[in-house]
This record gives sequence, C-alpha cells and structure tokens, in this order.
Amino acid sequence: MDVQKIRKDFPILHRKVNGKPLVYFDNAATSQTPVQVIDTIVEYYQKYNANIHRGVHTLSQEATDAYEASRQKIQKHFNAAHAHEIIFTSGTTHSINIVSNGYAELLKQGDELIVSALEHHSNIVPWQMLCEKTGAQLKVIPMNEDGVLIMSEYEKLLSEKTQLVFVNHVSNALGTVNPIEQIIKKAHAVNAEVLIDGAQSAPHIKADVQALDVDYYVTSAHKLCGPTGIGMLYGKQSALKRLPPYQGGGEMIAEVTFEKTTYADLPHKFEAGTPNIAGGIAFGAALDYINHIGMEEIAAYEEKLLIHATAALMKIPGVKIYGIAPQKTAVISFNVDGIHPYDIGSILDKLGIAVRTGHHCAQPIMDYYQIPGTVRASFSFYNTIEEIDLMVEALNKAIQMLQ
Amino acid sequence: METINAVQEEIVEEFSMFDDWMQRYEYMIELGKSLPLIEPKYKTEDNIIKGCQSKVWVHADLKDDKLVFTADSDAIITKGIIAILIRVFSHQHPDAILEANTDFIDKIGLKEHLSPTRANGLVSMIKQLKMYAIAFKTQLN
Repeated sequence: MDVQKIRKDFPILHRKVNGKPLVYFDNAATSQTPVQVIDTIVEYYQKYNANIHRGVHTLSQEATDAYEASRQKIQKHFNAAHAHEIIFTSGTTHSINIVSNGYAELLKQGDELIVSALEHHSNIVPWQMLCEKTGAQLKVIPMNEDGVLIMSEYEKLLSEKTQLVFVNHVSNALGTVNPIEQIIKKAHAVNAEVLIDGAQSAPHIKADVQALDVDYYVTSAHKLCGPTGIGMLYGKQSALKRLPPYQGGGEMIAEVTFEKTTYADLPHKFEAGTPNIAGGIAFGAALDYINHIGMEEIAAYEEKLLIHATAALMKIPGVKIYGIAPQKTAVISFNVDGIHPYDIGSILDKLGIAVRTGHHCAQPIMDYYQIPGTVRASFSFYNTIEEIDLMVEALNKAIQMLQ
Repeated sequence: METINAVQEEIVEEFSMFDDWMQRYEYMIELGKSLPLIEPKYKTEDNIIKGCQSKVWVHADLKDDKLVFTADSDAIITKGIIAILIRVFSHQHPDAILEANTDFIDKIGLKEHLSPTRANGLVSMIKQLKMYAIAFKTQLN
C-alpha cells in the first residue's frame, strides 16, 4: 500500500487549516472522499441525471442501470444472497429507524429487546421510542472498565421473551470490536433476530452477512469514502418480508386504489420516493475504490497507525486512554489529566489537527467512566505516521498552554 | 463604572499587543483565572448554559440598579471567554446590556468563536447574559 500515492486521490488532504497543513483525524465521524467518487457524482449530474425505475427514455435507463449496478456491488461486497436484500437508505440512522418502526407492529407487551452499553445514541433512541410505543422492555449488556462487553451478562439477559438484539460491530467512542459472531449465535438460539450496526466497522472490517447469519446489517456510505446522505439496510429476505414498510409513497407500491394498496416487492417496499440517486451510484464507486486498495491491506496499515499512536500518546504524562479492548479499530479516545477535552480540541484545531471532542453521541459510555467526554483521534488508511507525530507534538504544546 | 463600550475598547487594546493566536489564547486563559467565581450553591443544572460542549454556569445579582455576574466553567478556554464577557457586562444597567453589541469579539481575534454552530456556545453565553438583563429589567420597572 503506497500511502503517498493514495493521498493524491484526496484533494481535501492538501488544504491548510489555520495556516497549517490539515491533519484529519476525525475519520470515525466521516471519511474523506477520493476524486474517483467525486467524479462519479459529477459525471452523473453532467451526463445522465434522471429519475430511475420509471422512465422509458435513455437517461432514465442509464441512471437506473447505474443505480442497480451499485446495489449489486454492495451485495457483492457484503456477500448478501440477493441484491434485493440491499435497501438504499439515507444512512445508518434511517436504516435503524426502518427496522424499529416496522418492529412496532411485531412486538407486544412483555417482549424484550437487548442493546449493548457501547451504543451510539442512534442505536439507543429509536429502540427506546419503540419500547414506549409497544410496552416492550429494553435490556442492556454491560461493559467492563476496558470497554469490553461482558458476555456472561448477555447470556443472562437472553430468554424466550427476547425478540431482537442490536449491537454495533465497533464502538464509535472507544473503537472496541464486539464479538458479533457469538452475539448472533446466542440470540438465534432463543429465536431472536439480530441487527448489527456496521457504521464504524465497515471501513475497517469487511462483514460477510451470510457467514455471520445476521438478520439486519446497517451502515453509511460516508464512513466508507462515499458521500453523505446515503447508506444501506441489509436484511435477510425472510426478515424483510416479515417487516412492515416504513414510509408510504411512490416506488414502494405494486397497485394503488383508494380501497387498498399492495406493496411492491423487495427492495422497493422500503424505498418510497425518489432516492438519492447520485449518492447511491457513488456508494458503489466508493466500495470499488476501497476494494481496489484491499480491505486487508487497509486493516493491516491502520493497525500500524493505531500501535504507533497508542505508544506515542502513552508516553505523554497524564494521558489516559479509554477503551483498551484487545480487539479494536484505529480509534483512540483519551483525556489528559486535569484538562477538559474541549480545551485540547480547540488548541489542536488551531494547529491544523482535526479531532473530535465531546461525548461522541454515546453518553452512557461517558457516564460509565464519569467523564464529560474525551478527545477522539480516529485514523484512516490515508493518514500517516508523520501526521500522528504532528498530533503528538501539537498535543504537547496544548498541554503546556493549558496546564 | 466605565461604559460597556469603554470596557470593550480596553479589552481590544490589551489583545492588540499580541501578534499570534497562541499569545491571545494564553492571555484569554489568564483572564479566566480572574473570573468572579459563582458561589457553589448556584452551580446547579438550571444555571448551566445550554449549547456549550463544556459546562458553563452563570449567576446574576442586582446591586442597586446594576447587574453583577459570577460564573464558572470546567474548560479553561471557555472560562476565559465567559470572563471576558462578564468583564464587559458586569456592573452595568440592564438597558445598557441589552443595547450592547459584541463586535469586539471579532476585533480581539476570537471571531471563530462567534459562529452559532461552534460547540463552545459563545453565542449562547451572550444570549444568556442578555436574558438576565431582560429578567432584571422587569424587576426594576
């Protein structure tokens, strides 16, 4: 993997921030976009922008073909059995809401749902709303000090009342990789379905949805070098057929009369209205880009970045790293003793370094550690060891100013 | 007591002595240390200003017909920002506080903090101080 060559594909990495070269370490929030993906979007609007699935004219056919080809690329990437098991959505949150809304009609009082303590708010709030609506109970798999889920506690929560388990593959705040294979197996043993939130894992670990035997898998394109506003919901054919549709509108119907509407087949049942066509096509281009480099090469390189950064940060007196799971992606959440993460983030920004500060939309995790938030540096395959050294240098400067 | 404008000009002059952002930030942090601290009993959830990534507590008292502010924050840059605002607005009549503009923030090189989307909530802080002025103005009438 030639990182200098790869960096040439990302125009944004060459800009300056506050007079300093940009060091972008907020990849867990959104990844940057290579020219190959940007060009795909430009080409769509310049050459074949049209509404899909309806028109008989050439532009509409071309747009439909490109959109459906992208669906197949996604199917192949995640190894789904059928292309129609891939539903285009506006992103992970939308995908989760499709399932949680459908589940409102499948649940009854006394049913139970299980969530992990490591979740992002988007994988907590829709289920809380669902519980309020249905009278179902939400149970939480606790984590330990290292940021690892306690599997023996998970087993105790499972019962014949469990209908659905939803866990992220990787925690956005800590980078912990959760043992989803075991989680899925154990849930299936009590006939519960499982939804895996792959928003944080998809850029680093390729999920094989058939091998995992997962019922639902969701992710967003913008974490995967794709554009914002597009994502996917994978569902097993049997699960998606059982799930009631979420939104009504065009595209999702087979027949409409004022007496009754029959729903279209998959995937259109869940794709009401004109979708984000350019985004859908660019999602496929982003997967092409990443697969061209190779997911394994990416993972191996990011592991090097993580090890280098962890070692460098641990040398700084007062630094505490949160989340030290043996299996984690290239994310480091940390604080410096006696300094608010916001102060560090502000000074780092002045020095051209983009990190995230705050609770990372995972307040339960911050509550567990009894901290207001952390500084989070998250790395991608286009980052370099030199950039990490720049961050460490900047951090030392910040500490000097703030202590 | 000096007028709000006079205090603002004074602050602008102090900040003009520095050439780069780092010195300005260091000075702001220094100013944070001289912040009139809020009494612990007022450090309640209700007195936290919403819209800030760090916690900022503000309390106001009326002395004669002037407002006196005290505050605190758990982040020191934020503490510096609120200290500057309080230096400008404290010991002023509610009317003067309500009429005041805050262009001086731009002049002292902290323009980036003025963006309403900025997580430090400078805009929320100014709004909260002005809300106190409205509340106490009603009391005075």
